[in-house]
Amino acid sequence: MIEVKGVNKSFGDHHVLKEINTVFEPGQVNLIIGQSGSGKSVLAKCIVGLHEVDTGEILYDGRNFTVMNRHQRKDVRKEIGMLFQGSALFDSLTVEENVMFPLSMFTTMSKEEMRERANFCLERVKLTNRNHLLPAECSGGMQKRIGIARAIAMNPKYLFCDEPNSGLDPKTSIVIDNLIRELTYEFNMTTIVITHDMNSVIEIGDHIIFIYEGNKWWEGTKEDILRTDNQEINDFVYAAQFMKQLKGKLGSH
Amino acid sequence: MMLKYVFSRPEKFRIYRIRIFDEIEIIGLSSIPLVALMSVFMGAVITLQTAANMDSPLLPVETIGYITRQSTILEFSPTIISLILAGKIGSNIASEVGTMRVTEQIDALEIMGVNSLGYLVLPKVVAGLITFPIIVILSMALSILGGLFAAVQTGLCSQNDYVKGLRYYFYESDVAYGLVKPFFFAFIITTIASFYGYYTKGGALDVGRSSTKAVVYSSIGILLTNYFLTQIILT
Repeated sequence: MIEVKGVNKSFGDHHVLKEINTVFEPGQVNLIIGQSGSGKSVLAKCIVGLHEVDTGEILYDGRNFTVMNRHQRKDVRKEIGMLFQGSALFDSLTVEENVMFPLSMFTTMSKEEMRERANFCLERVKLTNRNHLLPAECSGGMQKRIGIARAIAMNPKYLFCDEPNSGLDPKTSIVIDNLIRELTYEFNMTTIVITHDMNSVIEIGDHIIFIYEGNKWWEGTKEDILRTDNQEINDFVYAAQFMKQLKGKLGSH
Repeated sequence: MMLKYVFSRPEKFRIYRIRIFDEIEIIGLSSIPLVALMSVFMGAVITLQTAANMDSPLLPVETIGYITRQSTILEFSPTIISLILAGKIGSNIASEVGTMRVTEQIDALEIMGVNSLGYLVLPKVVAGLITFPIIVILSMALSILGGLFAAVQTGLCSQNDYVKGLRYYFYESDVAYGLVKPFFFAFIITTIASFYGYYTKGGALDVGRSSTKAVVYSSIGILLTNYFLTQIILT
């Protein structure tokens, strides 16, 4: 479980996050949604410690991450897996080496054991016989799947996905969404997904928080979001034509 | 502040050792062709220029070998080669690390709990400290051989006279002086280039800017350090 308590973050005069409070439960896909520039990525970066919060607390299963020193944070980070927007795979390493990387840094596994684990993770994301390719030789969807395989290699308790569907076609997006949901349930991870893809919201959003101008504007489930009267959420959710049609269908039932 | 993290205890020595060997290949071995070419031709040109400017008949012809040796050992190989390497290696390091920054690869390292500064920069610094003096020794040898080749080919002096000149007033301390510098220059190039790469913000254009800054500031660093080192060593 990750608890966010009274988090504020400013860049110069720009107050990006304003008094954010929320709880992300394990075994659920938690979505942070909002328009571009609303502060959702900053919130995620504050949670993982890539940005320092100005005030407030981030608790990982009761452990206060904000007051930890570098070494203590390292221990927590070993429990975190993260899928980056651009996958952030290491270009000079092969697919297999990318997945093995965290294992080689932090475990005492033999090379054979690491290879076995990497193959398990790659099979889990339905990517086999691609071990010796370089990231540049893989498609966007494959890179995302390799990113997920690397993120789960260390059996993380917390999984962060920063816009996992950006740049992907709708079919591949669904594959990635389903994968994130399956892994979350299978390994009982606390998963946080930052997205503005409404398809993901409908597909996998067990718990959704909506960030609007740096504030936590709304919180609920995927069922709630389709029925809320909140104007800002409706402006965001029903911006796309297909969502308007979906709303029409929901209304007629 | 950056150096504190660069030199903090590595997560796994075995991984760092592998990284150091990789960097030795990138920083050292891949620079050898360029350094060899530069050194041979510069040695030849120093010889030709020295011969062309020796007007006095009182100067023995062996002076050509002597001046080529001194120029090479004291300044050309340690300083000029380092300036050239600042361009090649400095831009390489800054663009590599800068690209890793803008493509979030450094963030990925940090999230995993890896000390990204140590993992990325320390092997480069160590590889630079190991390879620069070797490259400079190679450059000294090739430059002197280039000079010999030019002298004999053009008939400016015989091989014996050139070698005799090489042995004139030879002090080992001159070689030591020439070999102290590359340690400083290697450190300057690898750390300054890594600094500009690591703190790149933005996109591809900014990686290019970081790369340029890395070359400019490491060159300035080399020139200033060379001046102060020369002053310290000679006094």
